Amino acid sequence: MKAVSLNFEIHQPFRLKRYRFFDIGNDHYYYDDFLNDDIVTRIAHQSYIPAAETLLRMINDTKGAFRCSISITGVAIEQFEQYVPEFIDLLRRLADTGKVEFIATPYAHSLASLYDPEEFRQQVEMQCRKLHELFGVKPKVFRNTELIYSDDIAPQILGMGFKGCITEGVKHILGWKSADYVYSAASAPKLKLLLKNDKLSDDIAFRFSDTSWDAFPLTADKYMDWIAATPPEEQIINLCLNLETFGSLQPASSGILQFLEALPRFANERGIEFWTPSDAVSKLKPVGELAVVHAISGADEARDTSAWIGNALQHEALDKLYRAGERVRLCEDRRLKQDWWYLQGSDHFYYMSTKHFADGAVHSQFSPYETPYQAFTNYMNVLADFLVRVDEQYPLTIDNEELNSLLKTIRNQEREIAELTREKESMSKNLEQYNIEHQLRDKAAPEPEKPVKKTRAKKTAKKAE
Amino acid sequence: MFGWEFPPHILGGLGTASYGLTQGMWQNGDMDITFVIPKPWGDEDRSFAHIIGASQVPVAWRDVSRDYVEQRIGKLMDPDLYFRLRDHIYADFNYMRTNDLGCLEFSGRYPDNLLEEINNYSITAGVIARTVDFDIIHSHDWLTYPAGIHAKQVTGKPLVIHVHATDYDRSRGNVNPTVFNIERDGMIHADHIITVSNLTRQTVIEKYGIDPAKVTTVHNAVVPLSRELLDVQTQKPKEKVVTFLGRITMQKGPEYFVEAAAKVLKNNHNVRFVMAGSGDMMDKMIDLAAERGIADRFHFPGFQKGKQVYEMLKASDVYIMPSVSEPFGISPLEAMQMGVPSIISKQSGCAEILNHVIKTDYWDIDAMADAINAIISYPALYRTLREEGLAEVAQITWDKAGKKVIDIYKKVLNR
Repeated sequence: MKAVSLNFEIHQPFRLKRYRFFDIGNDHYYYDDFLNDDIVTRIAHQSYIPAAETLLRMINDTKGAFRCSISITGVAIEQFEQYVPEFIDLLRRLADTGKVEFIATPYAHSLASLYDPEEFRQQVEMQCRKLHELFGVKPKVFRNTELIYSDDIAPQILGMGFKGCITEGVKHILGWKSADYVYSAASAPKLKLLLKNDKLSDDIAFRFSDTSWDAFPLTADKYMDWIAATPPEEQIINLCLNLETFGSLQPASSGILQFLEALPRFANERGIEFWTPSDAVSKLKPVGELAVVHAISGADEARDTSAWIGNALQHEALDKLYRAGERVRLCEDRRLKQDWWYLQGSDHFYYMSTKHFADGAVHSQFSPYETPYQAFTNYMNVLADFLVRVDEQYPLTIDNEELNSLLKTIRNQEREIAELTREKESMSKNLEQYNIEHQLRDKAAPEPEKPVKKTRAKKTAKKAE
Repeated sequence: MFGWEFPPHILGGLGTASYGLTQGMWQNGDMDITFVIPKPWGDEDRSFAHIIGASQVPVAWRDVSRDYVEQRIGKLMDPDLYFRLRDHIYADFNYMRTNDLGCLEFSGRYPDNLLEEINNYSITAGVIARTVDFDIIHSHDWLTYPAGIHAKQVTGKPLVIHVHATDYDRSRGNVNPTVFNIERDGMIHADHIITVSNLTRQTVIEKYGIDPAKVTTVHNAVVPLSRELLDVQTQKPKEKVVTFLGRITMQKGPEYFVEAAAKVLKNNHNVRFVMAGSGDMMDKMIDLAAERGIADRFHFPGFQKGKQVYEMLKASDVYIMPSVSEPFGISPLEAMQMGVPSIISKQSGCAEILNHVIKTDYWDIDAMADAINAIISYPALYRTLREEGLAEVAQITWDKAGKKVIDIYKKVLNR
């Protein structure tokens, strides 16, 4: 018995407009609406919509034997809601089949897992809420931004209630081991790890229409032969693909959609099933532990985090951004919070990568900027304005500690009030009982001891009533 | 090789480039290079090329003794060579203004009678071509094209011309017809044309109507700086310094720098701007700076030479080259060698090979002002540009350029 777990990623960042140094402090809108609209609409029509329709057909044609999973980011959903709402409807129809599992992921496609655990938790929760609101689903498996994973992150993922996590099958971590098994996290043994099969994923994502590839043309028949030819003990093949692959990165004219649609038939001939990540997590036992000391990801040759945190520019930008995290979370301003999420998109940092010659080609393919320096300058200008706005809410003259203690006082005050209210209620109850018991006996009942802030407590108590 | 300038007596980038290339070719080995210049001073580095001064080449017979020659020009030329050259005078040039050795006088600069000097230079080229043994002729820039053509006609050896600039760059389109004709003549007679950037290559193909197949780009490079220059000490003002270094002429786009400076100073007062150099637009620029009300922050220290250039760079935080049309532009590379982040126009040839600089359109003063602001405001950007720039420029060496030129020679000779 062998199974394939197809995971489709959908993400679109909020691209920034050209934001001048002179705009800092004057202009608080940062996004290139025209460009975002253009890109999102184009890709949706080229790829997302036809691909989702294909998936829907596959599910119906196979009477539910075909199953897959989708991880979509919150910022992508927001853009679809704005520009291509019909795609959201399509996703809802997919969700309604019950054969498509939605995977949790950080809302803003951010690198918060590496910088700010609290932010990370909030974003994942937000994403789960969003998925529940839209599609009525409750994600059980987690996939981090760009498949980033490390031992440090694992306990947190488990702590948020996820049973499994999808990450990259990195060669230098696996060594002689194969990615086609379920592993458990070394730092959180209850968390099961599903590893992306790099080779088979990239065959579709990068090589499908490459005429110089010796396996060209790739057919569903041939592809399923390869999967069937893997050792029989290997039970689960995780294929992680960007949904853009179908129709955009690989053009529709290459026949990629027909390839996708033909997969279930040839899988069926060979007795290969389709599972969702949850199926894999519940049906398979981990074969061993996997320790990942340094964070891994699915990007670039090194499969580490250097695509986003590789050079001094990226370090600087991320440091400056996340240093504001605590303060922003204290804010109530909705626009500010929204900008905070949008600015965390890993894409902004990806554009700043200076790894020109080897992986740079891939970076520049997706970048709206001509050079990484332009990307950095533009981002920093935006960030500078953003930080000015944060500062206006919570001036930097008050340091974090002081602010914390002030906020603690405020929070404690609430708790104190609640406590006092409770105390007061119980006392008045006591008093009533006391009164009832002693009504007939002594009219001069002793006054119960009042709390210090009795006027306030009374007021709240009245309100509560 | 025919050239017009040779260090240490140089007036522009041409001399530095010819010198670097010659040395780079010599480093590749198995090269015997004779370099002809109009007027040697005797202090040129002769370790990798035989230098012949046109001003020591006899074009009219004079009956002089060996001792006399030794005493007159011994510092500049081996007397034996003088006599060998004298044996190859091919016509009577006594009607020209020749001196006691039968030689023509050259200024070696760009005088008013430049065309006459160019002509004289090609006369001496005829004598040299008949005397010296060589396989290929290489002419640097339009001043020496007539000499190259002459040498080719005398010997039938192939001619390679090296286009360091065209008149389109120098004049922003208003070409001087005489210069244009000399340039085009050289290109037509050349067996192969080397351009210093794809930008120049495009100009050669489009404006001069040359077959693209015989035009190849070999980008310029830089000679690593000596410790002494890298370690120069200067007084740094407490403000940030943005520097422009070069001739203040139309080609270099100085007015865009002034306009960008005015924009920066609107928001940021912790900056000073320096426009070092001289040129026919200098007075206009001083006026413009005053008109924009930034003269207190915008400085004109005048022409800088030798070590001063490096002192200037050392004190700078940003280097800027807003050239309207720059065939190559070596100065940002020098700035990078000194660890100064550079902003260059997309219209300069060096933009084709540099990654770790900020590129803007020369007319886009908003982008330029933005880039200046970014470098002085974001330390990470400054550091990255500085460090990556140092590493990048260290890779741009003349021996690689020399190798490409040698490959072109081989191709031309096998034909």
